[in-house]
Amino acid sequence: MMAYIIRRVLYAIPILVGVNVLTFVLFFVVNPPDDMARMNLGIKRVTPEAIQTWKAERGYDLPLLYNGQAQGLEQLTGTIFFQKSVKLFSFDFGRSDSGRDIGYDISQRMWPSLAIAGPVFLIGLLTTIGIALAVVLFRATPIDLTVVVAAVAMMSISGLFYIIGGQWLVGKLLRLIPISGYDTGWEAAKFLVLPVIIGVVGGLGSGIRVYRTLFLEEIHKDYVRTARAKGLSENAVLFRHVLRNAMIPILTMVVAAIPLLFMGALVTESFFGIPGLGSYTIDAISRQDFAIVRSMVFLGSVLYILGLLLTDISYTLVDPRVRLS
Amino acid sequence: MMPELVILWTDALIFLLVAGILLFAGYARRREPLCAPWRKVVRSRVGVASLIVLFAYVAVGLLDSVHFRAQDAKGVETGEVLSLFDRIASPLRTRQEKTYSAPLALHLYAKENIETPDGNTVRDYPRLEHAGSHLATGSAAILDQARLLLVGAFEGLLLWAGVVALLAGLLAWREGSGFLQQMEVLFTGDEEDIPWTTVLVMLGMILVLGAASWQLAQHYHLLGTDKVGEDVFYQALKSIRTGLVIGTLTTLVMLPAALLLGMMAGYFGGWIDDLIQYLYTTLNSIPGVLLIAAAVLMLNLHMDNHAEQFGSVQERADMRLLFLCLILGVTSWTGLCRLLRGEALKLRELDYVQAALSMGVGHFTILARHILPNVGYIVLITLVLDFSGLVLAEAVLSYVNIGVDPTTYSWGNMINSARLEMAREPVVWWSLLASMMFMFILVLAANLFADAVRDAFDPRLRNER
Amino acid sequence: MSDSPILLRVRGLCVAIGEGEDAVRPVDGVDMEIRRGETFALLGESGCGKSMTALALMRLLPPGGRIQSGEILLDGVSLPDLIERDMRRERGGRIGMIFQEPMTSLNPVMTIGEQIAEAVRLHEPEQARNPRLRVIELLRSVGLPDPERRTDEYPHQLSGGMKQRVMIAIALAGRPSLLIADEPTTALDVTIQAQVLDLLKGLQRQTGMSVLLITHDLGVVAEAADRVGVMYAGQIVETADCGEFFRDARHPYSRKLFQSLPESRKRGRRLAVIKGSVPSPRRRFDGCRFADRCDRAGEPCQGQVPLCTLVAMRHAVRCHFAEEPDLSATGPGSIDPTPADAGRNPPVQAPLIEIKGLRVHFPIRAGLLRRTVGQVRAVDGVELSLAAGRTLALVGESGCGKTTVGKAILRLIRPTAGEVLLQGESLAGLSGAALRKRRADMQIVFQDPYSSMNPRMPVADIVAEGLRAQGKAGKPDQLRARIAQLLQQVGLPEEALDRFPHEFSGGQRQRIAIARALALDPKLIICDEPTSALDVSVQAQILNLLKDLQQQLGIGYLFITHNIAVVSYLAQEVAVMYLGRIVECGPVEAVLETPLHPYSRALLDSAPIAEANRHVERQPLQGDMPSPSAPPPGCHFHPRCPKAQPLCRETYPKESLLESGRRVSCHFPLGLVLDSWPGRVGMYSCPPFRGRTG
Repeated sequence: MMAYIIRRVLYAIPILVGVNVLTFVLFFVVNPPDDMARMNLGIKRVTPEAIQTWKAERGYDLPLLYNGQAQGLEQLTGTIFFQKSVKLFSFDFGRSDSGRDIGYDISQRMWPSLAIAGPVFLIGLLTTIGIALAVVLFRATPIDLTVVVAAVAMMSISGLFYIIGGQWLVGKLLRLIPISGYDTGWEAAKFLVLPVIIGVVGGLGSGIRVYRTLFLEEIHKDYVRTARAKGLSENAVLFRHVLRNAMIPILTMVVAAIPLLFMGALVTESFFGIPGLGSYTIDAISRQDFAIVRSMVFLGSVLYILGLLLTDISYTLVDPRVRLS
Repeated sequence: MMPELVILWTDALIFLLVAGILLFAGYARRREPLCAPWRKVVRSRVGVASLIVLFAYVAVGLLDSVHFRAQDAKGVETGEVLSLFDRIASPLRTRQEKTYSAPLALHLYAKENIETPDGNTVRDYPRLEHAGSHLATGSAAILDQARLLLVGAFEGLLLWAGVVALLAGLLAWREGSGFLQQMEVLFTGDEEDIPWTTVLVMLGMILVLGAASWQLAQHYHLLGTDKVGEDVFYQALKSIRTGLVIGTLTTLVMLPAALLLGMMAGYFGGWIDDLIQYLYTTLNSIPGVLLIAAAVLMLNLHMDNHAEQFGSVQERADMRLLFLCLILGVTSWTGLCRLLRGEALKLRELDYVQAALSMGVGHFTILARHILPNVGYIVLITLVLDFSGLVLAEAVLSYVNIGVDPTTYSWGNMINSARLEMAREPVVWWSLLASMMFMFILVLAANLFADAVRDAFDPRLRNER
Repeated sequence: MSDSPILLRVRGLCVAIGEGEDAVRPVDGVDMEIRRGETFALLGESGCGKSMTALALMRLLPPGGRIQSGEILLDGVSLPDLIERDMRRERGGRIGMIFQEPMTSLNPVMTIGEQIAEAVRLHEPEQARNPRLRVIELLRSVGLPDPERRTDEYPHQLSGGMKQRVMIAIALAGRPSLLIADEPTTALDVTIQAQVLDLLKGLQRQTGMSVLLITHDLGVVAEAADRVGVMYAGQIVETADCGEFFRDARHPYSRKLFQSLPESRKRGRRLAVIKGSVPSPRRRFDGCRFADRCDRAGEPCQGQVPLCTLVAMRHAVRCHFAEEPDLSATGPGSIDPTPADAGRNPPVQAPLIEIKGLRVHFPIRAGLLRRTVGQVRAVDGVELSLAAGRTLALVGESGCGKTTVGKAILRLIRPTAGEVLLQGESLAGLSGAALRKRRADMQIVFQDPYSSMNPRMPVADIVAEGLRAQGKAGKPDQLRARIAQLLQQVGLPEEALDRFPHEFSGGQRQRIAIARALALDPKLIICDEPTSALDVSVQAQILNLLKDLQQQLGIGYLFITHNIAVVSYLAQEVAVMYLGRIVECGPVEAVLETPLHPYSRALLDSAPIAEANRHVERQPLQGDMPSPSAPPPGCHFHPRCPKAQPLCRETYPKESLLESGRRVSCHFPLGLVLDSWPGRVGMYSCPPFRGRTG
């Protein structure tokens, strides 16, 4: 099993390299740094000198792949590819186009992100599984139908509506909690309540449907019939047998999402003014700060691959068929 | 003089898609295994009801996809590119107000300095230029609106009766039975057949609602106006095309790649499989939003720097829309590819593929004749399942400013411009609500339709619901 | 037993699935009685409602199903009237049940100990605190080796036979007075089937429980049952004591079942078939349900529902002619008087196909670098030869590599080593276009009639596929005529051309598959268990067809099967395969009558035979077949062989070549037989057999 996990870790390397090359091409080859500079400085009336200075300040004045002017190893390291892309592997994100230390910003901003995404994830998971189980227990009754219809309706509503409508209803109309903002320490809680509720409610519709289907798929399997033939009650069948088996796909689905929680929720964060990674990304996009976007692409890929890895590991842990073979 | 047709890229693709669907329908008509699941879809109440709603949206979208160069009354080109829909809805398009006004209002939403005929300046809500302009005083507006509503509803009913008669006539012709007999079938329903009563009710609702809205919209701003005074109802209707384009073309642009790669990975296995898997894992590992953001930003930059390559504003916006579809497609084809790989992996071991091999059938013939037809249902299910997600995604992306061109009508752009007004007192809610409602109905219909399609096509889930 | 008290009494049981007009009635008026300590076999073909009957007794009908009417009395308690909570106490308590698929019937994420303990806790409250002892006792009673260790294992770590033992242990936990066994051995190999049937019999003797054995296999009935009920279209059409039934079955359906069984004494004759197919459960009947398919059907059969008539002691038949003497005067199991075919054993000619030293090894990869750490020796040195117009049967249990041999011959799997010579020409070197061309000469018919045809192609395209691929399609109307002729040859009407596979029954699909194989005028057809997914009566049709075609066209068949009865009826030569190697090979009469290899002997002994009172004493083979990735050293069979000697553990036996082409690989071929074998040719060693000999 150890060999298997090591293999999976090793497999992550070529993927990260691929991501890196892809982003390099996207950010530096499709549009050369000159164009970037021109855009940042305003398209009209830019002097070549201004472009040069802009590039030099941010380290974009190097050749892309091969530095013919440098000596020895410098020929390779003194390039945009090495400075901007390869260095990402050591989590050296460099500076944003506005001159801030991206690594520091990320380390500061990931906690507020987690403070929202974490609770949304946990509460959401528990509620959806709970409701889905209840629905399966009452399957083929009006309760089942009602919940399914409600779930379809809920997942047809745009997430934006939950956010805008929720803020308007709870924050502005009922004036229960502050509309937006953030604070340090426990004071942050009152700013988090609304985004968390909205996050949970927004995910309810699709979650219930997915889990319900999973449970129903399980409930028609042969071993469930065996369990019933033993004389087990329907509750025992559901909780002891069906849930345990359905947890395998659920768990692996869920585990893959955990690392990405750090990335935060894009729209929610920016809408509620929470200084997390989501709003960081949005701000960078609207300011067209490519250095940050590039760093976030890399970070996102790393976290995604971490998720894949965790999925593999959790599979081997929960499923005896994988663990013991 | 006939106006000159303009075919935008997305128009071409849309009509290609429609032609493809029609061709396939003609081909499938005589092949029972292809028809059977579809028959099942239209025989479920939910399936047929959602299909009718979708048809209504598609009708607007198609009308909005026939573009031509606009001419003024003298037949001189104005330089604008309009669609058939714009032509039909020109009363909505042309009657622009100064700024916000509430749905069906006669007055602007903000006070202005108005010069009275006697030369004084009063600060009041000025009358709208176009809404209810046929009325002498504002007090009769309610009555007038009620009258228009009734007229519209009546027109809708007439239209509906016509459609029903036409339907009965068609059915009678096809079945070779009497007209009245078919009428009876339509109104009482038939156990085994399409639930006609549902069809009639849905048709009736859409026609009555449509006609009534049309009557009102001609004389008032049914859903108010936005910041620059444009009719919100018109904007919401125009956004339909954008939503449909993104929902369908996105999956379709990457479909050939997903199909070919997925099937090849599963069928051939070995290093081909490894390579393709590597490709899609890599693509998949980049968070979608960021990839889209990066690509769209790059595109913007490119377009700004090479503005001369794109003709009119509209062509430019259309290119951006197409590119958005493409980049959304790139981020979403991997899921389909993985599904297809898995299915091809299963199919390749099936006896009929083995039998074909043992008869000396070539690999690519097998892919085309045995694998492709049997993964078709996966493609279809993915297509309809993804549709609603993509429509919703467009809104979010436009909201974050990495979606469609700001000049393109889309629900996302509407929401984006409306959200700022949520802070106003009193709230300007109609833009937001209008876009949300239009989007909700489309997505709900798409979701329900997707369910019906999946139930009919995926044999594993057949007995679930 | 015939005088012991009645345990279960079922009267007029009707089960409906669905509502109103669409309702289906898979069980439609079943009456039966099961006495204490007796085994009652419910016999019927697929779709006759036998499993539904069992599920109705347990009140575990699928969603939408319900008991519409009828009474079920278990020891005086009316089961349909119990409230659900009380019924749960009966389930797994007084009625235990085991199912057909041991592979999927156990919860994969719970240890078997937990799963048995669950049942113990429910039904034996006094053991609830510490069920482990009882669990181990149960596992021991079902003969699971090393129960202390096994209780902590998961189902996937057990073989199919062991899983079925665990299922039985679960059912026994509540000390049931009635055990319902729904096709308990259908998914298992014959040697394992024999073990499980013996186990059930032994347990029954110990506990005195009754068994309701649901099966489609007359052999299993003969082997295990005391009484039998034949089920057809939702009703029991005949009930009798087992002995009486096998001597004197009265219902035309029962008699037909016997006549359609392949057997060695029916060699060279056609098997009887039942015309038509099983009626749909939607159908409503006015008369006898079997009337449409019955040769004896007369005036009363169509309009009048036959009642159960008692024709002898405890022998009831639901037929209008039950008491009249049978017109055809053929007893059950007697032979259909259709004339024998002339060329019963076609003359042996030059070999059509020769297989030399065929090996198919699949690498096992493991570790960081996925290095090959071992080989699954699926096929490990197989030599066979077959002459045109003859049938060679390849028999063995699942996992022995017989299907792999078939696929390797066709090059659907690339052989690791060895040669396949078709009419003296080696296929090994061929590839690409040359191979594709040559493939026309060898075709295959698969086991599963449902997965062997692309559901989206009309029959015409399916049959024409090979012709098109070989560029022999010709003009469209010629092609169509050719396909129509092929369909006619396999007994299908021309209208079938434009229809799709799903419109045909299993037997008809198998005919289409045969037509597809015939299209290219092959010299050899590999039949990979072509009848094992079919009911007996349909199997007879297909076997008849295959036989006819061979006579007309002189095709050679390589017939891969596990069914000894089919072999004895159809084949001229037989090769017995065990763990990738041929252990014995020779003319079918010789091998089946006097097997030389202990494994052949065991295989023959385990196969149940549909004859009265054939409760022979035999030694069922112990244990399971080892994995081909780690075959035992020495003779592969020695761990299970009753005659194993120290020598067997050390070296793999050389192949002995005997008279008339008989070959056997055994150090100690079954002695008696060998000595009496007159012209024993001197042994000579076969060099290719150098396996892992220690």
